[in-house]
Amino acid sequence: MNKNIIKKGLTEKIIKEISSFKEEPSWMLEFRLKSFEIFKSKPMPSFGPSLKDLDFDSINYYIRPQDKTHTKWEDVPKNIKETFDHLGVPESERGFLAGTGAQFESEMVYHSLKEHLIDQGIIFESIENGLKNHEELFKKYFGKIVPASDNKFSALNSAVWSGGSFIYIPKGIKLDMPLQAYFRMNSENLGQFERTLIITDEDSFLHYIEGCTAPVYTTDSLHSAVVEIIAHENSRMEYTTLQNWSKNVYNLVTKRAFVKKNAEMYWLDVNLGSKITMKYPAIYLMGEKAKGEIQSLAFAEKGQNIDAGAKIFHIAKKTSSLVLSKSISKNGGISTYRGITKISEDANFSKSKTTCDALILDNTSISNTYPTNDIRTNSANFEHEAKVSRINDEKLHYLKSRGINEKEANTMMINGFADPITKKLPMEYAVELNRLIELYLK
Amino acid sequence: MQNSLIIKDLCIEIEKKKIVENFSLQINENETHILMGKNGSGKSTLINAIMGKPELKIKSGSIKLNSTDISKLDTSKRANLGIFTSFQNPVEVPGLSMRNFLRIALNSKLLAENKNAKTYSPLEFVEHIYKLAKEMNLDSDLILRELNTNMSGGEKKRSEILQMAVLNPKFALLDEIDSGLDIDALKKIANTIKKIQKKNKTGLLIITHFPRILKYINPNFVHIYKDGKIIQSGDKKLALKIEKEGYNE
Repeated sequence: MNKNIIKKGLTEKIIKEISSFKEEPSWMLEFRLKSFEIFKSKPMPSFGPSLKDLDFDSINYYIRPQDKTHTKWEDVPKNIKETFDHLGVPESERGFLAGTGAQFESEMVYHSLKEHLIDQGIIFESIENGLKNHEELFKKYFGKIVPASDNKFSALNSAVWSGGSFIYIPKGIKLDMPLQAYFRMNSENLGQFERTLIITDEDSFLHYIEGCTAPVYTTDSLHSAVVEIIAHENSRMEYTTLQNWSKNVYNLVTKRAFVKKNAEMYWLDVNLGSKITMKYPAIYLMGEKAKGEIQSLAFAEKGQNIDAGAKIFHIAKKTSSLVLSKSISKNGGISTYRGITKISEDANFSKSKTTCDALILDNTSISNTYPTNDIRTNSANFEHEAKVSRINDEKLHYLKSRGINEKEANTMMINGFADPITKKLPMEYAVELNRLIELYLK
Repeated sequence: MQNSLIIKDLCIEIEKKKIVENFSLQINENETHILMGKNGSGKSTLINAIMGKPELKIKSGSIKLNSTDISKLDTSKRANLGIFTSFQNPVEVPGLSMRNFLRIALNSKLLAENKNAKTYSPLEFVEHIYKLAKEMNLDSDLILRELNTNMSGGEKKRSEILQMAVLNPKFALLDEIDSGLDIDALKKIANTIKKIQKKNKTGLLIITHFPRILKYINPNFVHIYKDGKIIQSGDKKLALKIEKEGYNE
């Protein structure tokens, strides 16, 4: 393997290499190069955690799969290995999650799943194959929901994207099982600059799950993904994220959904890992009676700054939205809710409710709430609630008076706090999350 | 051997203020004691201290379960030895299911008694609790709820008694378990308490302002509590006298 072909820093030349390696049409190369120009001209975010230690010149922007160097198992941090044990992660997946390069044995499962999907006209492919095999559909939406110019990191992703999913659910198809990026796990999939595009056509239903509760170890320090979703009339799209990057990662993600008439979008976002996360899933309620819901749960421990939230834009009338943000901070962790709710002049008779609920486990941890509300019609109904709580001695005494020891009592209270979110997760993830909470309290 | 809870010369201070002073009482298994006293006289503090609430410092005296001094044990250990207290205002823990909470509590007790004990799986426990509810004449609807969450005053009292029924205590200290209940509910709860007592030979200490619970529970002893200690003991007649004349004399 020739190490020289891996260059740090970002240049036009690298972008051209990425595009040519992926055998892309010329419009995509142009899109990438234009995005690169935007990236260079955009300032860093003016809000949120400091990104001053993020050095764009020390990052590998693209490594061809065959050039990938794998982490040695011995070099994987002890706490990550312990977490695998605690969760009972199968041997076959550990190497993959730790970046040691073991192949994830999911090909068989995925193969039979794929036939089931193809029969219904569903497209579920890597983003690269989406572009290759469905260019017309791809081009119609790619970069239209999250434009490269949205922010510095959406521009960066647009320039160097690699890996991610492309999904199309045809009219009237209601997929009864969640699609999981996990099925398609390969080195391309958990990339640094993933790009996902999902289209649910009229009257369809999809639940998509990305990530996993087990920690994902990577030596790459920047993860900057873009997710674009369009939910057509009467469709419902549910998107679940479980993020548990190792604690060296800057996780800076732009996620946005356009929601048409009578359609529904539901984001469920669980953030456990990373050093810094900045992520504010957005919903644009563009058609009458469109609905949006964003629920999130964040854990911030020592050295972590989780800046997450929700953006809801009510554009059409009779639209409704619900936001529930829960966070737990411990041992100096910082957790912030940052959200925008905008109800435009035309969004008459719309409803919106935001609830922020923070649990702080000690005196060194921090929780912040920064809501921005912009309500421009009198006929709208808007509510915002924010609450900060601490583990309370009365509750602890009560549980202990029933014979439950202190550690278990604390775990029960925290699991109870997280319960409104965990119970929305598929069973196996909910169980893993509860185990992680136990571990987190050790 | 007969079980006894023996409290001797107990003194408790909060912020240098004496709340309980030289309190002594022995409760034997199967006995029912009623403790009456004015509001704010420190009866709840007494119960919380017996259960080991951390901020209540025991200045002197002892709390013994048979020959073992339990006054320095962690609250959960006292509970697992068979001591139960009901709370005047039980806390709400949203998101924690009654089922799961009660199962873990019972399993903790079983494991404390015998580290190789067979514990209840979630499914076994649900069966167990429905059977128990029937046996104890309790409504089982509460087990579908989250711990005390959004419960009415009456439901919270029932929740406490359900917990008591699950944990089979040797001694139960019940703090105003009768307050805020209508007659029918009071009758029902008193009936269940008696059943639990009969099953486990539970020694009971019932704190109350109102002698009306005496219509349904027949005490062996009635104690009048004032200024941190028992100032008079007697039988049921003493309670009836208090009802007529009040605590002031």
